[in-house]
Amino acid sequence: MAFAPPKETYSGKVYAVTIGTGENTITFGEENVLPFHTFEGITPNRPIIAYEIQDVPPIDWPENVQKPYEGISNDPVSWAKFCQDNLKANAIALRLIGTHPDRENRSPEDAAKTVRDVLSAIDVPLIIVGSNHAEKDAPVLVAAAEAAKDRNCIIGKAQEANYKTIVAAAMANNHKLIAMSELDINLSKQLNILITQMGFDRERLITDPMCSALGYGLEYTYSVMERIRLAALTQNDVTMQPPMLGDIGMYVWKVKETQASETDVPQWGSTEERGITWEAVTAIALLIAGAELLIMRHPRAIEAVEKVIEELI
Amino acid sequence: MALTGVEIFKLLPKTNCKKCGFPTCLAFAMKLAQRQASIDLCPDVSEEVKQKLGEASAPPVRPITFGVGDKAVKMGEETVLFRHDKKFVNPCAFALEIKDTLSEADINSKIEEVLNSEVERVGQKLRIDAIALTNDSNDIGKFETSAKVVAEKAPAVPVIVCADNPQATEAAVKLFADKKPVIYGANSENADAMANIAKTYKAILGVTANGLDELSNLTEKIKSLGVTDMVIDSGARKAKDMLRDNTLIRRAAVKKNFKPLGYPVITFAQRDDSLYEALIGAIGVAKYSSIIVLSSIERWKNLALFTLRQNLYTDPQVPMQVEQKIYKIGEPMSDSPLLITTNFSLTYFIVSGEVENSKVPSYLAVMDCEGLSVLTAWAAGKFTAAKIAQFIKESGIENDINHRELVIPGYVAILSGSIEDKLEGWKVTVGPREANGIPAFLRSRA
Repeated sequence: MAFAPPKETYSGKVYAVTIGTGENTITFGEENVLPFHTFEGITPNRPIIAYEIQDVPPIDWPENVQKPYEGISNDPVSWAKFCQDNLKANAIALRLIGTHPDRENRSPEDAAKTVRDVLSAIDVPLIIVGSNHAEKDAPVLVAAAEAAKDRNCIIGKAQEANYKTIVAAAMANNHKLIAMSELDINLSKQLNILITQMGFDRERLITDPMCSALGYGLEYTYSVMERIRLAALTQNDVTMQPPMLGDIGMYVWKVKETQASETDVPQWGSTEERGITWEAVTAIALLIAGAELLIMRHPRAIEAVEKVIEELI
Repeated sequence: MALTGVEIFKLLPKTNCKKCGFPTCLAFAMKLAQRQASIDLCPDVSEEVKQKLGEASAPPVRPITFGVGDKAVKMGEETVLFRHDKKFVNPCAFALEIKDTLSEADINSKIEEVLNSEVERVGQKLRIDAIALTNDSNDIGKFETSAKVVAEKAPAVPVIVCADNPQATEAAVKLFADKKPVIYGANSENADAMANIAKTYKAILGVTANGLDELSNLTEKIKSLGVTDMVIDSGARKAKDMLRDNTLIRRAAVKKNFKPLGYPVITFAQRDDSLYEALIGAIGVAKYSSIIVLSSIERWKNLALFTLRQNLYTDPQVPMQVEQKIYKIGEPMSDSPLLITTNFSLTYFIVSGEVENSKVPSYLAVMDCEGLSVLTAWAAGKFTAAKIAQFIKESGIENDINHRELVIPGYVAILSGSIEDKLEGWKVTVGPREANGIPAFLRSRA
């Protein structure tokens, strides 16, 4: 029996988002098909992986993912330069975790200085995320957005509790914005609508439906992402058409499987390989579900995922 | 093509005899169309109609059991493209490739790896499910000898016999007769001979082709030769092609009820680099493979692939649960804090992760609330003072700790008084509402 390939036609399209300035801009999104469905539509841009760095030394990271950055991660500037120059990062994600009240409680001014220092050291696009403390993130991200004015960064994350201040800061300083809600397609949609109602351009948004690590609720993120992408493409729902973020590293590198030693759990095998694989498999699953932008930590995990992306496009 | 309820109704006796258990023939026809009933329930319908309906009402991806006994693997029966629509039914099998060019000692050690691959995760026992023995030597005798080793050392493990030479295939497959092996495979050159062998040894026939058109023709031909159980391979090896073909196969089966591709898919994910291979395997898990062949099965890789499979094959309508018990986090002592939460797996994972992050060794009491989260369980009357008190008493935790303080989730602060009434001598402390507040909470007390 002759086979007629059952192809889908999609009515919607994901917005293209360009970040960075000058010769070093990168664009992601813009496809009008499900992830990697190049056989029935266009996928002009490949997904982007940003290397995660932070404003304070990564003492909270497991040893196996601290190791690749040994000797350079005590200073965000040398860390950022190492990612750009040695690891050939396409983008860098600076997490201002040190501003969290339970951590070093750094001030918004300190955060702004770190942002300025990092930006003056690198050419690749920068993503700036707060410490995920809704209250503190507001002043921190305002200061960070001003410090990065006109560098066309991504700032985030705007959440229901704090979005107004952060949206205003992104708008005033010409940045893109991450809107994060908690594992629910309707909450995602609602937050995107609230943000655009403030006059923020929908095409400058990135949706973060909230990440989860392999084995720790990954299936929720996976299905929410699939549903968002289907709404964007098959129902042409414009509120669901911004590209999506998978903020993978911070979720993966705190679960037991990325840390427990082989001596403690011999049936799990090598701790180092396990951690790297955990991060890479989480990344692949979310790419398949619809993420266009990933934030990751381990250079070997990133390298492997890049290689697979190459094979998929 | 799938028949509608009315089309099916026209083929039924229209006697409304109720022998099928439904009030009318029309009601029965509707159930048949939804695949919620079998035509076998109707005693009066002709064989011819039965066959016609049987085909039309069969699941879009043919159900096939690979192997026999405890380790048999069910494949197929899938009905959707996206897991949020309905549960993915039969989790894919992982198979380890063993080449017949290896020495007997090496074959033995690979078999050992398969036999020792089992790990437990969230109450499920997960393992490498099968062995794919390949005729890389192109030597019939060698293939047969290797097959003997596998048959002897791993008699219960389902086997895929991989050779394109029918003689080599027959020499090996006869060692697995009555064990429902897979023969891989039939191609456009050898289809007749392979179909015969599959019939003789009651094997599942793996069918490989160059593209989906050729594959459809080939499965039709093999079906006409009398083989009904097949697993299919479009020939795609590159990730991009694999994703395209697997997607088109599943779509054709599910949305068009296209029978020539309504079979489980076998995927060859082998790569030189093991991490890279794990990621190609992960694409297979997410995108519709029923058997994934790997060239190595390190424990770290297995755990990641097993976990992904478990995650994606979870029923999205039924919450995952963890076992009710007192979990130790870190190495708690008799003066370590005791916290309580519900057994929704996501709740457990997030709470235990944050307790772990606090670096304060603790006891975490996880109570069976039928997989509901804290607030939902409380609202549904499953996370109540009386039940919490009973659980704590029966858990035996009083023998392990020298204090009598229980930390409850902030969302159920309202329960603190009534728990204290029911748990004599205990003090109840209200913890943070959100799990991310736990590290600061525990550290401030330490």
